[in-house]
Amino acid sequence: MNTAAVSEEETHQEHHDHGLSDVGYIKVALLLAVLTAVEVATYFWDFGVLEVPSLLILMVVKFQIVVSYFMHLKFDSKVFSYLFITGVILAMLVFAAMGTSMAFWQNPSGCDISDFC
Amino acid sequence: MADIDEIDTSNLAYGRTEWDDHHHLPTNTGLTNEKVTMWAFLGSDCLLFGALISTYLLLRNRVGPATSGPTAADLFDIPFTSVSSFVLLMSSLTMVLAVTSIQRAEMDRCKLWLLTTAALGSIFIAGQVYEFTSFYREGLGFTTNISSSAFYTLTGFHGVHVSLGIVMLVTMWVLVSGGQIGPERAETIEIIGLYWHFVDIVWIVIFAVVYLIP
Repeated sequence: MNTAAVSEEETHQEHHDHGLSDVGYIKVALLLAVLTAVEVATYFWDFGVLEVPSLLILMVVKFQIVVSYFMHLKFDSKVFSYLFITGVILAMLVFAAMGTSMAFWQNPSGCDISDFC
Repeated sequence: MADIDEIDTSNLAYGRTEWDDHHHLPTNTGLTNEKVTMWAFLGSDCLLFGALISTYLLLRNRVGPATSGPTAADLFDIPFTSVSSFVLLMSSLTMVLAVTSIQRAEMDRCKLWLLTTAALGSIFIAGQVYEFTSFYREGLGFTTNISSSAFYTLTGFHGVHVSLGIVMLVTMWVLVSGGQIGPERAETIEIIGLYWHFVDIVWIVIFAVVYLIP
């Protein structure tokens, strides 16, 4: 087998080695199920001041796990990461812009524009 | 310099060739245009849902002076929605198993996982239809107040995305069954999978921000 053939075979093998095995994906799904159960538990039990931060953290962790493993972003080209992260950052900027508009854009009577006054 | 007639130009032809199946496509990025396009679409779709989620969060507790009625948050059935969320989450697992199956040329298993994913997505949509119907019977229509409009627009757009995903999955099942998509075109299934996982992550955000955070 010549060098080119070995290289080609390695490249082919590397392509299929991206990502996890089926058992690995099942473990990831179980982890996601556990995290979801913890999320739902915040509805039944009072977590006090920790409720909102813990829900936000769980949401971000679940988001990250699905994007990294199920969508293969962890193993794939960085170009895809840049494309997607750009969209996520722009979406957060949209939220920030809307938040500021609701906070500052009030009519002279002082009531919020979203109250239709 | 090589004579122009001696250069093998078969790899530069349009359409899929045998060379394409074993190498990266001859694009500037070394990535397939279809996959780059899907990721660009998903990035842009983040903006759509970012705007819809922002709108709901800003209007969730407002009914306005001219309108009344309950808000969606008054009527949420968290245990029911939790089951729906779990179903959609598990559909991401079956989707990724469909992708790995076709990469291993296990076509029967791929078809099974594709159908399972479509079925789980359908269960999720059925749950959403039930939720919307029960909300409507309790007096929360689309135009009841500004809060309800924001809620139905957000969750409705997500439901449309899931429904389109189900159509794509069934189409893939038909194509795989008919032999039009084989292991050499596994990336087609992978791209459909990217879309499916995206609707899952959007729901992860909606479930936490809209349903669970008080």
